[in-house]
Amino acid sequence: MTEGPLLDFFRAARGAGLRISPAESIDATRAVQVVGFADRARLKDTLSLVLAKTAEEKQSFGEVFELFFRRGDYGEEGGPDGGAGEAPPADRPDPPQSGEGQGGGGEGGEGGGAGSGGDLARMLLANDQAALAAAVERAGQEAGLGNIALFTQVNLFTRRILDRMGLQALDRAIAAAPESERGQRLRRGRERLREQVRGFVEQALQLYARGETEAFRERRLRETRLAAIERRDHERMRQLVRAMARRLATQYGRNRKRDRRGVLDVRRTLRRNMGWEGIPFHVIWKQERIEKPKLVVLCDVSGSVAAVAQFLLLFLYSLNEALSGLHAFAFCGNLVEVSDILEGKPIEAAIPAVMERAGYGSSNYGMALADFEREHLRLLDSHTTVIILGDGRGNRTEPRADILATMAERAKQVVWLNPEYRTLWGTGDSDMPRYAPHCRVVAMCSTLQQLERVIGDLLRDGG
Amino acid sequence: MSIAWHGLLDSIEATETGLQSAGYIASRPISTAVYLAHHLRKPILVEGPAGVGKTELAKAVSGWLGLSLIRMQCYEGLDESKALYEWKYGKQLLYTQILKDRLGSVLGEEPGLDAAMRRLHGVSDLFFSEEFLEPRPLLRALREPGGAVLLIDEVDKADQEFEAFLLELLSDYQVSIPEIGTVQAEVAPLVLLTSNSMRDLGDALKRRCLHLHIGLPDARLEARIIASRVPAAAEDLRRQLVAFVQQLRTLDLKKLPSVSETIDWARVLVLLHAPQLDHGMVRDTLNVLLKFESDIEAVEPQIAELLLRAKREAVPVR
Repeated sequence: MTEGPLLDFFRAARGAGLRISPAESIDATRAVQVVGFADRARLKDTLSLVLAKTAEEKQSFGEVFELFFRRGDYGEEGGPDGGAGEAPPADRPDPPQSGEGQGGGGEGGEGGGAGSGGDLARMLLANDQAALAAAVERAGQEAGLGNIALFTQVNLFTRRILDRMGLQALDRAIAAAPESERGQRLRRGRERLREQVRGFVEQALQLYARGETEAFRERRLRETRLAAIERRDHERMRQLVRAMARRLATQYGRNRKRDRRGVLDVRRTLRRNMGWEGIPFHVIWKQERIEKPKLVVLCDVSGSVAAVAQFLLLFLYSLNEALSGLHAFAFCGNLVEVSDILEGKPIEAAIPAVMERAGYGSSNYGMALADFEREHLRLLDSHTTVIILGDGRGNRTEPRADILATMAERAKQVVWLNPEYRTLWGTGDSDMPRYAPHCRVVAMCSTLQQLERVIGDLLRDGG
Repeated sequence: MSIAWHGLLDSIEATETGLQSAGYIASRPISTAVYLAHHLRKPILVEGPAGVGKTELAKAVSGWLGLSLIRMQCYEGLDESKALYEWKYGKQLLYTQILKDRLGSVLGEEPGLDAAMRRLHGVSDLFFSEEFLEPRPLLRALREPGGAVLLIDEVDKADQEFEAFLLELLSDYQVSIPEIGTVQAEVAPLVLLTSNSMRDLGDALKRRCLHLHIGLPDARLEARIIASRVPAAAEDLRRQLVAFVQQLRTLDLKKLPSVSETIDWARVLVLLHAPQLDHGMVRDTLNVLLKFESDIEAVEPQIAELLLRAKREAVPVR
């Protein structure tokens, strides 16, 4: 029956960032069949119940609903879907252009206009806004306006819609009598129509294309090498990182327990079954506590690694509630504790401050590790995970892998994240092969996606 | 089969007046949600701050439709055996003890071990039958003959695994019990889930539900709610206290007072025979509205000003 406008609306809503699965669009269609199109407020309530699943989504749903069905206000009557009465008449504004000095002689011209210039000329002369709007809507549908994705397509679609409405016949009618009063009025009408159609197309662009490009950019950013991300995308990256961190934090934000199937907890089993003469109806397994990880992070902030370092730090600091402790250090040559900067300032200001204090030199891993051993080794205990982010290129200085071995012994585990491709490890001045044996995990980590995976694994197993 | 209460839900207006008759003043989205939940056979996931009447909605629906309300409170560590069903171990054990002698006489006649075993197989199923099944809330809701209202309260407090376990129930109104098979609801219950957004719920769960967000009400709706819940409050007092609470909500407080606090406050004021709000009365009863010491301290110096504004605004609201 009236699926057409609904399908368009789903597309527009997806454009606004709502995730609408096919199942949900089926539900929405069924729901609308139950309540009907007649009452717009009710339609809005209904679709909002089925489609928008969080408070934020309700907000953007409300916006896109108003935007979408405002189009219907002057476009429905006599249109292909007009029978459904989609837009309630109460909300319909007066035809917007009636005050432009057109109304006076309209009816006199109508008789002569029907023959030359086609329907379009007749509608223009009669100033029949409703019919015009309906024709625009219909032509837009035929031209596939819902597929518009780029603002460069606005002219193209405007042209297509006008062609479908019979612009050529109109042009001929104007050319036939350029000086007559009728020709003048048609010319004015044509210009105005062009503007209207253009506005209509721009609105469609706003409606359909927004989400497409946003989603595309976000997907691209996730997979781009962090070092190659441009400055103008940094704000968006921060949002992405925060969203990822929030997701992980809700999942792992509390201490958890996990059954170890196969290892019987004899004491609790006996107690639980005391009521049944100790016959074990209920078997209780030993559980292991999965604790929130306690992290010590060492970031190389020299040159190419710096970009990755700032996102790692941002990620970890957004994860706050899923971690039980976090100490951050940055180094090029000397090791500097940066936890206080990161806690004290908003992250946008903190990262440059960290760079200021520690960054922009040539890296010396041996020296940094020696600093750590001398001053901070007491931080490590059997619950701590050490994350080291760096390319392992110490500019031919002493790597001091022996200190890393000591650290690995004291800590629960050492995780090394390297932004370089695996094939480059061990080439040139890279000391990765010497460090790797002391790490439980050595992973390549150059995109946001890889970063998320590594941190997610860490949280799942409790660091 | 025709069910009496299905007839009551035949339009959104009827739903609204019905809820009102049960003492629940529903805004338009709320009554639409209840109406759709029945007609689309979908659960409602109700979110919103504490005390806006999420749980109350379920009570009102069950009261209005004359259905029993089956409530399941979620908490960390809730599992199948507490939510769905459990075997009555004690009874099973008792019966085997009692039937021991009888068992001997039944099996004793069999010539060999094989035959005895076969005989036993026939009997053993008796012990895992409906007789020994202890239904928990979810199963009870499915088996209620005339339908029921199932309230799964604070689902965000339960573990993620439990959420996954709910999916079968929510989408098909059925559950699978390994020993017995699939239990299908004869009459689909009306299911309401509530959440305080302690954590984000999974997409799979959200996808199966109608999502209803109840916010704090505006002055007009709140006045209607008070009129319905605390009819003893005089109109003057009602308008003033609602305006006052609305003022409070514009402040920067740790915990904003919600509808349940307004209702409590109205009851307290009625008990104290207050004809209208005055400074001393408000100060003495502020702890009904505000639940944090720091909030009370923040509001106390502003009472006079708030009261003045509330009284000015109370007049036009009719």
